[in-house]
Amino acid sequence: MSTNNYEPRIVVFACNWCSYAAIDLAGTSRKLYPPNVRVIRVMCSGRVDPQFVLEAFKNGADGVIVAGCRPPSDCHYINGNIKALRRFTLFKRLLEELGIEKERFRLEWISAAEADKWVRVVNEMLEELRRLGPLKAEAVSV
Amino acid sequence: MNNRPKVAFYWCASCGGCEEAVVDLAEKIIDVVSLVDIVFWPVAMDYKLSDVEALPDNSITVSFINGGIRLSEHEKVVRLLRQKSKLVVAYGACACWGGIPGLANQYSREEILERVYLTTPTTANPEKIMPPQDGYAKLGDVKIEVPTFLPELKPLDEVIDVDYYIPGCPPTPEVTWNAINVLLSGKLPDKGTVIGASNRSLCDECPLNKTKPENVLIKEFKRVVNYSPRADTCLLAQGLPCLGPVTRGGCGALCVKANMPCTGCFGPLENIHDYGGKALSFLASILDYENEEEIKREISKLPDVSGLIYKYTLPKSLLKNLLRSVRK
Repeated sequence: MSTNNYEPRIVVFACNWCSYAAIDLAGTSRKLYPPNVRVIRVMCSGRVDPQFVLEAFKNGADGVIVAGCRPPSDCHYINGNIKALRRFTLFKRLLEELGIEKERFRLEWISAAEADKWVRVVNEMLEELRRLGPLKAEAVSV
Repeated sequence: MNNRPKVAFYWCASCGGCEEAVVDLAEKIIDVVSLVDIVFWPVAMDYKLSDVEALPDNSITVSFINGGIRLSEHEKVVRLLRQKSKLVVAYGACACWGGIPGLANQYSREEILERVYLTTPTTANPEKIMPPQDGYAKLGDVKIEVPTFLPELKPLDEVIDVDYYIPGCPPTPEVTWNAINVLLSGKLPDKGTVIGASNRSLCDECPLNKTKPENVLIKEFKRVVNYSPRADTCLLAQGLPCLGPVTRGGCGALCVKANMPCTGCFGPLENIHDYGGKALSFLASILDYENEEEIKREISKLPDVSGLIYKYTLPKSLLKNLLRSVRK
């Protein structure tokens, strides 16, 4: 793929109760957001194992978003979002150590009413990923 | 000639601990030697590579290979052993997943050579002599063939087909003995099986497991350099990043019995896809803070996250291809 027609691929893990509802709201409100996202609905951001994010990068995602309910207390399961916050704070540190650009991963809190925030987050990330170029995780071999 | 099974041992990029582990069988090594013929073991016996080349294909019953593949010579010898062996066993953490030398996959070949031969504080190399990368060295007027340093370290099964895995850094004598018995029993398990160790987590056999709270929560990550753990309480509950919950058992919790947290040398449990990802997941989730700043503060105290969670498995991680594109 040449960089001229490079279209970043963003995998999104969105929690069922807040963030997925916000994405749904963006759709039903006829808001426009780029088609580069692949949204995966999970029951809770606390269910998103860092292994899933690694798997997404391995299989060609240029960026990954984990989206959940606003902390501290919006989580449908009381504290799943807090577990996600702990995990992905450490995960960001790992990416930094390994030399993977921090812009490629975002942990975002998007409540069910925040369709605008969803659109903004996706557009921001897309712009950053266009600037960074592809991650090239799949094809490189030695 | 006799009909005893033929066995070969070989070491690649390893520290020699795995070789020690075989000798650590102590008196049992005599039983092993009486049951098998050792046809190749560079560390302990005087056989040459040409002796192996002279053997018919598939004539070695089992080759135990330790260490990761880092030099062209390793590649050459393990390919030969594969051709001559009915079974190949990856012996020890390095052969299974890359081990500690595999952490160097975060850096390019050039960065590693420069660090080792030029810039470490203890290096004195005023003439800047570097290992030749064309496969030849000059010794006076004579050109001799030398191995080249490969672009990255690979676990054994990324170079040749591997039948069984014996985990550990190094595998304990018990694990080695169990595995040898499995191989000699004639009832071979499915290809790809981890033999000799347990299928349950280290916590399951840890003597401190009964003191592990149902819901472990800690206020800070402690380090053994500045904290002396109590010997009567689960190390994880005391704040030491013990990787027992995600690590395969079978070692008898040797490190924990010596007041050291598990660093994961027996590798992932069966259902874990990426050892480091899983280790990261459980370690972070026990940090008892709900505020991002406090969480960041505690995490910033960990000196080396990749070295903690991928100590033995980085070359097998889901990030392995990614590392190829990010290192210079």
